[in-house]
Amino acid sequence: MLTLADVHTHYAKSHILHGISLEVQPGEVVGLLGRNGVGKSTTLKSIMGLVRPSQGRITFEGRDITGMASHKVAHLGIAYVPEDRRIFKLLTVMENLRTGLDRGGLTEARRRELLDKVYESFPVLGERKNQLGGTLSGGEQQMLAIARAMMLEPKIILLDEPTEGLMPRMVSQIRDIIARLHGDRVAILLVEQDVGLTLGASSRCYIMEKGLIRHQASSAALKADPSAIHQYMGV
Amino acid sequence: MLEQILVQTVNGLVNGMVLALVASGLTLIFGIMDVVNFAHGDLVMLGGFTGAVTVAHTGNFWLGLLVASVVIGLFGALLQITTLRPLIGRDPLTTIIATFGISLVLQKYALWQFGPTAQNIPQPIAGRFELFYLQYPWYRLGAAVMAGAIIGALYLFLKFGKYGIWIRATTQDRVMAAAMGIPVPLVHTGVFAIGAAMAAASGVLFAPLAAVTQTMGFDFTLRAFIVVVVGGMGNLGGSILAALFISLLEAYASLVVSPSQAVIVSFVALILTLLFRPTGLFVPTPK
Amino acid sequence: MPRTSRTFWIAFVVVVAALAVAPLGLPEFWRKFLTEILIWGLLAMSSDILIGYTGMVSFGHSAFFGLGLYGAAAALLVLRSPNLWIALAVGLAAAALVAMFVAYFATRLRDIYFAITTLVFSQIFYVVIFTWTEVTGGENGLYFTQPPLAIPGIFSVRFSTVSLHWFVLAIVALSYLALRRITQSPFGMVLQSIRENEPRTRAIGYHVERYKIVAVLLSGLFAGLSGTLYAIQHRFAAPDFVFFTVSGEVVIYNVMGGMGTLVGPVVGAAFFLLLREGLSRFWAEYYLIPLGIAFTLMVIFMPQGLLGFLKRRVNQ
Repeated sequence: MLTLADVHTHYAKSHILHGISLEVQPGEVVGLLGRNGVGKSTTLKSIMGLVRPSQGRITFEGRDITGMASHKVAHLGIAYVPEDRRIFKLLTVMENLRTGLDRGGLTEARRRELLDKVYESFPVLGERKNQLGGTLSGGEQQMLAIARAMMLEPKIILLDEPTEGLMPRMVSQIRDIIARLHGDRVAILLVEQDVGLTLGASSRCYIMEKGLIRHQASSAALKADPSAIHQYMGV
Repeated sequence: MLEQILVQTVNGLVNGMVLALVASGLTLIFGIMDVVNFAHGDLVMLGGFTGAVTVAHTGNFWLGLLVASVVIGLFGALLQITTLRPLIGRDPLTTIIATFGISLVLQKYALWQFGPTAQNIPQPIAGRFELFYLQYPWYRLGAAVMAGAIIGALYLFLKFGKYGIWIRATTQDRVMAAAMGIPVPLVHTGVFAIGAAMAAASGVLFAPLAAVTQTMGFDFTLRAFIVVVVGGMGNLGGSILAALFISLLEAYASLVVSPSQAVIVSFVALILTLLFRPTGLFVPTPK
Repeated sequence: MPRTSRTFWIAFVVVVAALAVAPLGLPEFWRKFLTEILIWGLLAMSSDILIGYTGMVSFGHSAFFGLGLYGAAAALLVLRSPNLWIALAVGLAAAALVAMFVAYFATRLRDIYFAITTLVFSQIFYVVIFTWTEVTGGENGLYFTQPPLAIPGIFSVRFSTVSLHWFVLAIVALSYLALRRITQSPFGMVLQSIRENEPRTRAIGYHVERYKIVAVLLSGLFAGLSGTLYAIQHRFAAPDFVFFTVSGEVVIYNVMGGMGTLVGPVVGAAFFLLLREGLSRFWAEYYLIPLGIAFTLMVIFMPQGLLGFLKRRVNQ
């Protein structure tokens, strides 16, 4: 469904991605592991159109989306949850959700359905729905960022380090939501530092180092033999 | 003496409301796309002329107001698409120079199109009332109320409604707004058009108070810049307060010095603001 | 830009010689016009230091120019026997004073705020000069006499159109050499580094503030010099010269000619002035419409200006 072929991306004057090739099948949860600074976030940003690759191709459902404008990428069914959450701090929780919900073509009933689903997974958002996004705690903002992406009813969600800086209780909530999304046949490309969570949630993992994919294997294989993880991540 | 101060207070508030209308468009545009629109005052001027021509042909002030706003709003959209979109991502200084170039063209175009004479619009609300020792035109109050109404409508539009959310989201984080599927380039054009329409409206509101001339744009642009900086760039509420504040200052100053000198007061206000509270006088101190 | 010394000096001498000889074959009006081009060219160069080299857009050069103009005017009016050198000195001093004010702001404000402040600054001077009629003559301006070229006690000779032209040419040529020297020195390199990436320049350890202050002072001084020369040539000072339009035109010269090249802005000034002179015979003020459009398009598509564009062509 989503394929990257030999993608090179530059950021300012640095050559970050040196030829990334990976793919995600419909409904799959795929992990992208690697140390800090190897280009994991840049990979997601390249898919989403936040940075333009200098070389290579990105295809989604057969369509070339390399360098496509972000809002068009979103309309095709790719949602993005960035690493610093980036919720709209001066909008209320409800308004944040509406940035995705108001996309047109939804009946009133469907809107209600989506909102209910999200409030069910994240009850705290329902309680705070008229509060400004900036007043939420870190964990709540993370919930909001994911909920907002869910409003787009995407085919794939690009999740960038969702558990960073979260308390363990919140981490398990993230784990549950990933499982739930997987149950709803939403594909996920999961970038994470938390190896355990990633191996548990995904069926396959790629390991990146210095802008390249160095290793890929099924999560089961990696759980059994973590030597590749030690090698490339130094954990 | 007290009466003079009170009269000047009214004057300051009236002028302030019209200025607020101009400045809110400017600050909206800056807040969302980092464009310091040097040609904003010239949009006011073009609006005034367009309104004057419409009123001259139809005799209807309200039609003039509507036509001017729509025409200049569309023109603003066209302008943004052709000259400002290619500049996205370049530093704000480039846009100020580019809009300066546009300002020159607009001024001379107005000269060509509307001729060198000043144009007038007769006051739609006739009559005066007694304000202390003066016969004060009703229209002045009317203009202030209308300006306020337009600003109020803008506020409501931004606060409720889907497009208001789009605009506010894009202003806060345009990258993330795009990632949520909001068509950011379209939002930019829309906001510029709204800003231009508001500028045009203020030109029409202003016209019955003084004449419309080709060169009046610069004065408006300068004042609007000062208001936007003092009020806090991108801060709508701040620019309204700042517009009232600056206009009141000038009104009071013209009790003591001549009106052309009174303008120095706003210059000084700007400089002091930049020295001591550069984010804006009416903005809560950033944490 | 890397230039072998020899080529540069040859080109320089040729150009100066051409400019020196030109007025001899031109009618009176064009002689004076050529001198004026040199003066505006100097102003454009001074602005390039800020806009082109340091990356600080200033809309306030009319203030420096105007203070140089009025300063020289004051000197020439007040003294019983007008003295060229005192006029120059007073004009420069006045401009330097303003430059110090602006320099202070330069260190505290970034980009747009600085640009707007310089704009406001020059307008303050405009309003003051316009309304303080008793001192500055207000709208009507000041008329004064042209000082002779004199070294007191040794000789004194009145300027003719041509000899004044040579005087101005000498000053402008020397200014160019001085500015060129400065921009190619380590100091000039730091300025350019500030333009490219100010935070990094600061991180490396340079006192960005100090460099900016010097840049503003330099820019202001040479701008004031051009104002003073204008006073000497035209014997007339008016508030119009302090109005924003002058600053705006200077920015146009810089952008059209090519920022950061020193020569570019002079070319831009010459180009603009010649075009204005030529077109205004047919189109009165409307020449600004196509010019303004051309200018705006250049800002968008040809930010390196005429010179940069030509350079690319030549290098291909």
